[in-house]
Amino acid sequence: MARNSGGGGGVGGGGGGGAAAGAMGGGSSDPLERIERLASENAVVIFSISSCCMCHAIKRLFCGMGVNPTVYELDEEPRGGKDIEKALMRLLATPSPLPVVFIGGKLVGSMDRVMASHINGSLVPLLKEAASSEGRGCDDARQHQYLASD
Amino acid sequence: MYTYRSAVISNGSFSEFTENALRGFKFLFFEVSMAGPSSMVGMQGFSGNTVMSQTCFPDFGEIEESTAGYSAFSTCSPNSIFSSSNPSGAVVPPFKHSRLRENIDVSEICSPYEMGICSGYYNSQKGRIMPDSKEQFENVGDSGIGDASQHTDTSMDVDKDDINQFMQNEALISVDSVERAKSQKGGQKTFHRLAQNREAARKSRLKKKAYVQQLESSQLKLNQMEQELKSMRQQGMLMYCGNTGDQCQKMAGTGASSFDAEYVRWLDAHRQKINNLQLAINANVGDNDLRTLVDGVIAHYDDMFRLKSMGAKHDVFHMLSGMWTTPAERCFMWLGGFRSSELLRILGDSLEPLTDQQVMSVCNLQQSSVQAEDALSQGMEALQQSLAESLSSASLGPSGSGNVGNYMSQMAIAMGKLGTLENFLHQADLLRQQTMRQMHRILTTRQAAQALLVINDYFSRLRALSSLWLLRSRNRTFA
Repeated sequence: MARNSGGGGGVGGGGGGGAAAGAMGGGSSDPLERIERLASENAVVIFSISSCCMCHAIKRLFCGMGVNPTVYELDEEPRGGKDIEKALMRLLATPSPLPVVFIGGKLVGSMDRVMASHINGSLVPLLKEAASSEGRGCDDARQHQYLASD
Repeated sequence: MYTYRSAVISNGSFSEFTENALRGFKFLFFEVSMAGPSSMVGMQGFSGNTVMSQTCFPDFGEIEESTAGYSAFSTCSPNSIFSSSNPSGAVVPPFKHSRLRENIDVSEICSPYEMGICSGYYNSQKGRIMPDSKEQFENVGDSGIGDASQHTDTSMDVDKDDINQFMQNEALISVDSVERAKSQKGGQKTFHRLAQNREAARKSRLKKKAYVQQLESSQLKLNQMEQELKSMRQQGMLMYCGNTGDQCQKMAGTGASSFDAEYVRWLDAHRQKINNLQLAINANVGDNDLRTLVDGVIAHYDDMFRLKSMGAKHDVFHMLSGMWTTPAERCFMWLGGFRSSELLRILGDSLEPLTDQQVMSVCNLQQSSVQAEDALSQGMEALQQSLAESLSSASLGPSGSGNVGNYMSQMAIAMGKLGTLENFLHQADLLRQQTMRQMHRILTTRQAAQALLVINDYFSRLRALSSLWLLRSRNRTFA
């Protein structure tokens, strides 16, 4: 599964360490379970479409805050990308769910929710918490630097 | 008896003259009467039977009065024309009185062109208008020459044959006159003038030909385009053009205008609420009452955002264009409205005194609004870029390359991209709304009231600036 980060190095290794390749493949084929698994693997997870401009905007938002999210481009995923998209549609009850952001394994929502939480000041603490909990389970110390958002 | 062969009635061209000739005898004579002294001898005679008849001189009464010597006109009989009081027997044209007293230089009377025609008839040297020798008329249908009695044809109908004959005659006359012109002393000048006229006529003919050719090619092009349009429409590509397009335009128009009307109404209501708030602050009302008023203003802002989202559904481009705001506001417009970060900058120090907590919160709010704005701006840039790519030749190939399927798919992609504009506008409005709400949360009631007044002042001044500017532009135009 092609796994890109917002602007460079990834945010920590996956649960269980090791290479990113094959992280999405294998395991259960139920898309919701896959989503859950993927979302919990990293502090900040974004499901996106490479050609979508709003997805681009949300990526820029996180990068502007100094966060490097883990981005899954569903249109570039050879296996199951469509299924995940459909599952997300059901989850968010909207025909166009993307982009979707998970922080600390928990669903934050689409662009409007992310922005609203950023403006009302709840996003940054959430990020910090996710980073710290991530950091506890990960060898990669770099992520603390990346999550400096003050 | 002479039949006047001289041509031109007015200073028009020969072709005009023949046109007039074709319109009828009467018309010709009418033209004569309308023409001033500088115009030519107007006796237009057709070879053959018709000459001046009684009804031909409707306006010559004037001349009748001024030219006392020419009682001939008063009776308007053909004969009398010829039997003028001029003892020399010269035929006198119906010039105005004053002219007839002088030795008229014919060139004064005729245009050079006319001169050419008439030179055959006038002895320019003598400066008198005299008919030339009889022999001129030999080439002409000589039926015109004869007794006046032959010319008492009162019929106004000009037969077609007559016209044809007449035109032939005129052609001959012009040829004849050219020869005559050549042979006379003043001939060089007139010949030159004739040549100039011929040249001019030739040029105008060429111009006309070129114009007609251009018209024809344009028509061909138009037909081609129509065909293209038809085929494209059949393939369902042009959904927003043609008849359906007109309807869409109408709908968009009403959507836009209905938003504009609603916005104006909103502004009025907003001003009133702000006035009430100002009065309340001045009157030092209690916090509870003030809070009610402040909440009312904030809720009213929510109304505006709702209106905007409805307006965007109807016509997103109208909302983005900002044509519903004043010019100066438009100058600062970002994604269909004001910048939240700008708003906070406007508030600046006017919110003093703030607690430390408040200061930090305002700082964070400022930062997060800037970050959100930047993110949306970059998203918009990406949108523009990808739209441009869809429409560029890189993806479609040059126009007319005939790859219809590719064209259609790219257009569909571009359409999809345009559809995301509404989403961006929505997010921008949400950002504005969220920023206002957050400010409301951070500040105390009194501070919030103050903040609302400051914001209103700022936008009122922007609107006033727009009005001043428009006035200035208008004054410049009329200065």
